[in-house]
Amino acid sequence: MRLRHVAARGYRVGGALASLSIMSRITREEVERVATLARLSLSGDEASRMTSQLDAILDYVELLRAVDTTGVEPTSHAVPVRTPLREDRAVPGLPPELAVANAPEREDSAFVVPPVLEGEEH
Amino acid sequence: MAGPLGTISELRAQLDGRKVSSRELTDAALARAEALEPALRAFVGLRPERARAEAAEADARVARGERRSALEGIPVAIKDNMVQAGEPTTCASRILAGFVSPYDATVLTKLRRAGAVIIGRTNLDEFAMGSSTENSAYGPSRNPWDLARTPGGSSGGSAAAVAAGVVPLALGSDTGGSIRQPAACTGIAGMKPTYGRVSRYGLVAFASSLDQIGTFTRSAADSATALEVLCGHDPHDSTSLPEPVPQYSQRLSGEISGLVIGLPREYLVEEGVDPAVLQCVREAVAELERCGAKTREVSLPHTKYAIATYYLIATAEASSNLARYDGVRYGHRAANAKDLGDMYRRTRSEGFGAEVKRRILLGTYVLSAGYYDAYYRKAQQVRTLLRHDFDQAFAGCDVIATPTAPEVAFRLGEKASDPLRMYLSDVYTVSANLAGIPGLSIPCGFAHGLPVGLQLLGKPLDEVTLLRTADSYQRRTDWHTRRPPEPA
Repeated sequence: MRLRHVAARGYRVGGALASLSIMSRITREEVERVATLARLSLSGDEASRMTSQLDAILDYVELLRAVDTTGVEPTSHAVPVRTPLREDRAVPGLPPELAVANAPEREDSAFVVPPVLEGEEH
Repeated sequence: MAGPLGTISELRAQLDGRKVSSRELTDAALARAEALEPALRAFVGLRPERARAEAAEADARVARGERRSALEGIPVAIKDNMVQAGEPTTCASRILAGFVSPYDATVLTKLRRAGAVIIGRTNLDEFAMGSSTENSAYGPSRNPWDLARTPGGSSGGSAAAVAAGVVPLALGSDTGGSIRQPAACTGIAGMKPTYGRVSRYGLVAFASSLDQIGTFTRSAADSATALEVLCGHDPHDSTSLPEPVPQYSQRLSGEISGLVIGLPREYLVEEGVDPAVLQCVREAVAELERCGAKTREVSLPHTKYAIATYYLIATAEASSNLARYDGVRYGHRAANAKDLGDMYRRTRSEGFGAEVKRRILLGTYVLSAGYYDAYYRKAQQVRTLLRHDFDQAFAGCDVIATPTAPEVAFRLGEKASDPLRMYLSDVYTVSANLAGIPGLSIPCGFAHGLPVGLQLLGKPLDEVTLLRTADSYQRRTDWHTRRPPEPA
């Protein structure tokens, strides 16, 4: 079943099949673009490795295309979603000094971050 | 070194009979944890002073006849992705270095109120992403049955700690099998309750629509005892379920005659599973039939799509949940950043390990413009079909029996360079998370000298039937009493 399916699709982790593959599911440029969106920077090696691994995973998930989902509602939550209501009553929250206690850099009850724009005064 | 601790029910009898104190049990658990740590690497951190203080309080309450619960004075370990006030939580990630929680997760509050003694935090795959505990920034945990092998994952530290008799109860979290698969790999009971049955407040989020806290114990009866303490609605988690919590331990009658066990034809085929594993599962089902259960074939036709569906949904949710690790509010921050954006990128690139980065990238990709419908929405639709499969199957049976994992515990390093092969370890477990139903793995024999798990899946909120079935099996078999060899 699943394992055989993977084998039959020529699940690629490098080697001859990978170099022979004409159509990639994802290119290195796309991986780098996604990394930018995710605020990650990848080294050259990392980007190559991620590209081939993500390509293999995306190739595997292609099997979902075979499923007819016409008119099927998407499930975002396995249990029917309710909106539980509670009494509108004030309760103490996390004190500000405790909320910032873990910050790598802080000033009083504020988080301190590097300049937002390059060259800006700290 | 102190020998292995007994089950919760054994220790309960010893504590109530004043044959042993919680302080003595806690000392024994801490000593054993420390002695086994070089071999097992089951723990990220121990808290000896606070544990001993909690044990002394438990002893005082027991002496006054004010026992709070069946867990009073029992040493417990928790997976290091549940926060405890005043203690570090690492999620086995460098990015949470230095983080000390200002509050308690609801399960910790409940354990404290029950009088349990928390001895330490257990190892895991970074942010619970993995099936072997090899993705831990602290190094891999090892399987007490064979130190060259993984205890499974992601809750591998909790599984190893219970299997080695360090504690009779450890908490884990299960997003795609992270309790059931390690329980199977180490020969113990691993319970993932219905989604929402246990509050997720204070559980560090991986995939919020799939995450669920559950238990590792030696026996199903002990799982029942622990669930009574852990389950229930929590105003801090709007997805926690309001239904009353049954007295699970009072419902273990040992009686399952007339119970209908569904055998999904898609799971019980020879392909993709070790035949020796399948043989153990078949024998376990035959034993349940001798207890009076009936079996019938059921079909879960979308099973072959479960892994693909799971990895699209779980990574999408993870990419969103892990956006919070930005070096501003807690944990690691990269030095010498030239501006805020640079600080985010450097912090995250330094702080996350390879598997977490891979999942963030995949999740970001499948949610990005132009791909959302083809991947994420499609996966959510197939998730609906997987749920319908279970609804239809459970119309004709009470529980579903399957292998927990397609093979016994694999060797460390065997799948580390091949993420997709690693993902396929979860082939039998992810569907329960996608459908939100409860699942329980119990040991049902040995293949190649290593434990094999039987997975029982139940209807939503029907933990009682799973526990009763497993307990009936354990009354007639002794797999759950087998212990791994003492490490030299």
